[in-house]
Formats: sequence, C-alpha cells, structure tokens
Amino acid sequence: MIALQSVTKQFQHRGNAVTALAGVSLEIAKGDFVAVIGPSGSGKSTLLHLLGGMLSPTAGKVRFGSDSLYDLSSDQRSAIRRHKIGFVFQTFNLVPYLTALENVQVPLVLAGVGEEEQKRRAESLLGRVGLSDRLDHKPSELSVGQQQRVALARMLANEPALILADEPTGNLDPETSAGIMEFLGELNDEGRTIAMVTHDLRLAGRAKRVLRLVNGSIQPDRQARSLSAAIASTEQAKAVSTN
Amino acid sequence: MKLQTLVWREIFERKNQLATSFLAILLGVSVIVAMKNITFYSEKAVAYQLDALGANILVLPKAASLQDYYSADLQKDLFPEDYVKRLTSSDLQGLDNLSPKLSIPVEAGGRRFILTGILPKNEFQAKAAWQMAGLFSRPAECGMAVTVPGLVTPAKETLVRKRVIQTLATNEVLVGADMAAALKLTEGGTMQLLGRAFTVTAILPQTGTVDDGRAFAHLHTVQQLAGKGAVVNAIEVVGCCQQISEGLVQKINQLLPEAKVVTITQIVDTQIKTNRMMSRLSLLFLTIIVLVGGASIANYMFANVFERRREIGTLMALGAGSAVVLRMFLLKAVWLGLAGGVGGYVLGTGLAAILGPSLAGVPVLPMLAPLFWAVGVAVAVCVAATYLPACRAARLDPSAALQEL
Repeated sequence: MIALQSVTKQFQHRGNAVTALAGVSLEIAKGDFVAVIGPSGSGKSTLLHLLGGMLSPTAGKVRFGSDSLYDLSSDQRSAIRRHKIGFVFQTFNLVPYLTALENVQVPLVLAGVGEEEQKRRAESLLGRVGLSDRLDHKPSELSVGQQQRVALARMLANEPALILADEPTGNLDPETSAGIMEFLGELNDEGRTIAMVTHDLRLAGRAKRVLRLVNGSIQPDRQARSLSAAIASTEQAKAVSTN
Repeated sequence: MKLQTLVWREIFERKNQLATSFLAILLGVSVIVAMKNITFYSEKAVAYQLDALGANILVLPKAASLQDYYSADLQKDLFPEDYVKRLTSSDLQGLDNLSPKLSIPVEAGGRRFILTGILPKNEFQAKAAWQMAGLFSRPAECGMAVTVPGLVTPAKETLVRKRVIQTLATNEVLVGADMAAALKLTEGGTMQLLGRAFTVTAILPQTGTVDDGRAFAHLHTVQQLAGKGAVVNAIEVVGCCQQISEGLVQKINQLLPEAKVVTITQIVDTQIKTNRMMSRLSLLFLTIIVLVGGASIANYMFANVFERRREIGTLMALGAGSAVVLRMFLLKAVWLGLAGGVGGYVLGTGLAAILGPSLAGVPVLPMLAPLFWAVGVAVAVCVAATYLPACRAARLDPSAALQEL
C-alpha cells in the first residue's frame, strides 16, 4: 500500500542540519495496522507527514501504490490526500467557526461533492460516532472526546483507504481513548490501513505491528517484536488482574 | 456547504479584527464618491453658466487684451467685418449665433458713453444676461441641453421685444438703463449721437454691467459714423459647450489665424477652481485609500494567515490544494471590497448630497455610475492587498504548520 525506501529527512536549524529520519525503509501493506512509538523528537510525526505526502524527503522515495509520492506535483499529492488518505490529529484540528456537521463536510467540499450528498454523508458519519444530536454544535460547545469523534467522522468523509493518526488519544482520558481505539480497530477490520503514532504503549498494543523509532531510525525487527510481545504480555497481565 | 460558506463564516467569526480594514476602505471610498458626485454637478454648473452667458467665445483683434467679458468689444484695434462671413460660410459645428460689434466712444449731455453697433437679431440672441431679465430668448439650439436641478431656466422672451429687435432700423437705438436715466430718455423719444438723430426704440433693463452705459445702434450705421469702413472690434460667438470642449475654439483659430479667439472661462473661474480642487482631492484620497487602506488590509491579511496557519495546514492535510487556499483568501478580499465599495457609495452619496451645496454651491443628487466605480476600486484594492498574504497562505508548509502548534 505505502512504502518508505531509504528515506532520510533533514531539517535546517540555525544553520545546522538536524536529521529527523535517517535512511528509513518501511512497508505498510493494505489492511495493516501499524503503531509507531518512540520518544519525543524521534521523528514519529515527521514519518507520518512523509507518509501523508505533506513533507518531501531529503533523500529516498515514498511509494503510494505504484506512485512515487514526491515525484508527483503538489496538486496531485493534494488529490491523493483528498481521496485516499484520512488524517486524525492529537489536537483534533477542527475548524472552530464551523459546526460539527460542517466540519465533517469540509473534505467533501474539497472533493467537490454536491451539497445534498455532503449533508447526507456527514449526518450519517456523525451518527456512526454517536453525535447525531450534536450536528449544529461548534467545537467549543463539545467535550474533547466529542471533538475527537467529530474529527474521526471528518477523517472518514471521503472513505480513505489509508488512515494516518497522530497521537489520536493524546488529549483524551483513558475511557475515551479506549473508545477511540476501538473505533480505529473497527476501521481496520473494514480493511482500511492505519498508521498511528502514539506514546501510549498500551494503545500501541492494539495495533498489528509496532515500530519503535529512535533517533530517526526504526529499530531492528527483533527489538520491535520483543517490544510487541512485552506490550501484549502487559495487556494480558492487566486483563487477568482485572478478572 | 460551499467554499464560500467557509469564507463567510470566518469573516463573521473574526469580524472585529476585520473592522479596521473595512473602515479604511469604507471611508476612503465614501470620500472619493462624495467628491466625484460633487465634481460632476459642479462641472454641470460650469457648463450651465457658460451656456447661460450666451456668447461664450470671443473673436478679438490679435493684440487685444481681455479684462472683462462685458467690455471685451471695447478695443482700439479693429478687424474686417468679413470675418463674420468666413465663419458663417465655414462648416464648423456648434456655432449657434454670431454677433459682430463695433464700439466707439460718444458724448451726450456732457457725459461719455459708448455707442455700439450691432447686427440686431444676432446681438440680442447672444446676450443671455438680458434673457435672464426675461426680455429675450436664448438660442433655441444651444444651452438648454445642460440642466442643473435646482437652477431656474431663463424665462421666454417677450413678443414685443423680439419684434423691436428684428425691426431695428438704421436710425434706431436701444439705450442702456444708466444712460437712459442720465439723459432722461424715454422709449419713443429721440436723441443725438455724433450729430445724427436716433429714435429710442427701447430702454434696456438694468444688467449691472458696462452695457448699462451703452447705446446700441445698427452696426452699419455705427460703421458710417466711425468712418473706418466695414470693420468691427469683436465678434461674439454663441458656441455650444459640447463643441467648445471638443475644440471649437481651436477650429475658429485655424479659420481666423489673424484674430484672437478666447472663451469666457474667467466668468466661472471659481467653479472651475472648485472642480480642479475636487479632482485633486479625489486623486489624493485615491492615493490614500490605495496606500493606507491597502496597507491596512495587507497587514490584516498577513496576521490572518499567521493566525490561521493550523487551520490552513489542516485543510491542506484534508486535501486542499494551494489554489483552494488562494481562492479562500481572495474570495474574502472580494467580499471585503464589495462591502466597502457599496457602503462607501451609500455613505459618499449621502455626504455629497449634504455637503455639495455648501462646498461647491450646487445641489447634488445621487448618481448610479459611482457605485460601479466605487465597487471596482474597493475590490481591486482589497484583492491587490490580499494577493501576497494569500500567496503566502497557499505556499504554507502544512507539515510545519501542524507540527509547530
């Protein structure tokens, strides 16, 4: 579905080159659910933006299907984001002056969907995330959990094949986080590919694969597997103690 | 929902921040509209006054100086009466009437007066100052095209006066009010001028000009008395204002290169000065609106782009291309310009109607044309001032915008 081939990303900071990603190669197959964990500044968000066609690599290629993403024009990459990629942000990034319904309509407006269809699909998606009674509420009139659900509905508006989630539960309480993760799991079960950046090891355990990013490099498979196993055993232990 | 809905919502969400820029455009446009409106009516008033003056072009000897319109024919230098024929036989458009005149000094009752020879019908048709007194008609072909609301159109001629003028014989005179009073003349009486007896056909009403001290006789009689042959001092020409503005004076000059051809603009000099001042002020305010209004809008838009970079980044992440972002900001500029233009037109028209009479001495009525002008200027200024900030928004790095917040 999407692959990074020896991708390096460097930023210039006060004349010095700072390496955010160093020769990262990664393949995410269709239907995969990948969690990327790592300390702050390890390059997680950079990786996600590279996957989303929003940040060109200093070296290497990012392939989306058969396309080399950064060999396409900016408008072509926008079109791919519009139709095939859905973003979820830690801070939700809802447009503050639009209602919940209108926020969900935004991707549909950008995709040129007719007004009637926009409204119908937005209402249906907000119904799916349990916000049918909050259609006309502005973000400031919603709880943070509700705001993230609006953001999820917005992300789904154009039926994306790839979901890129940047700390989707970072601002949420554990209960709401669990609900969001469950929803992402459902979306993955529907066949959508998900790449999620998170600090939360427990949530990362819900992914099919966990990648650890340290100093701009993905740790060897062996380490990542042991990490996945560790997370899984922690989850199991928690489940036993709860029962 | 449309992209425009998004633009509208954002405008109303942050309307207070937009208020200063809107006010700059509104006030700038309103002042320009007010001035354009007043200038338009003031220019009409100039045209009206030129027409009302009757003879608005003078053909004088080359060496003549022009001090006063009403004494313009009192020149020592002479030129052939034949010039009249050259004018009448030409194909010049806009010559509605010609009035050749020869003036000579005369003494009567121990006082000095002026005896002016005229070709009667022409002369009196050209003398609008008398028409204003309700005595003679203005030329039917000229002047009446210019109407200024609030100004009274001159009354029609009296039939008696018209008959007198048309039948002015070689031994008849028309006497100005002051001269008649000084010499105790009455209509139907007689008087001696340069040893020749004249019948006083009419006493002219007071005009407040040098004409009040004149006697008017037939041109050819005066030429005989002067003994200088078929010559004149001046030819008064009634030219239509439209043709004057299209270069009638220059055309007469080409036809009569030996003569001096002038228009009587000093009569309406104040009005013309007011118009010039208005034009200059309009230009000044146009500059102000472009600089101050434009700078204010550009400043606001740059701040707006900065404030909305996360929103722009999000929209780009959702698939908005740079063209969509550019369009969003330019649409906002268009709406700002439309509102400022229409508001400025309404306010400016109101100001013109209130201030016009005191500023330019003319009544001012609403006009539709400045609406298009106002909207065009306001939208152009807003779009031009927004273009750079909009380009910056369109070039925004979505990744950086999303990560820095």
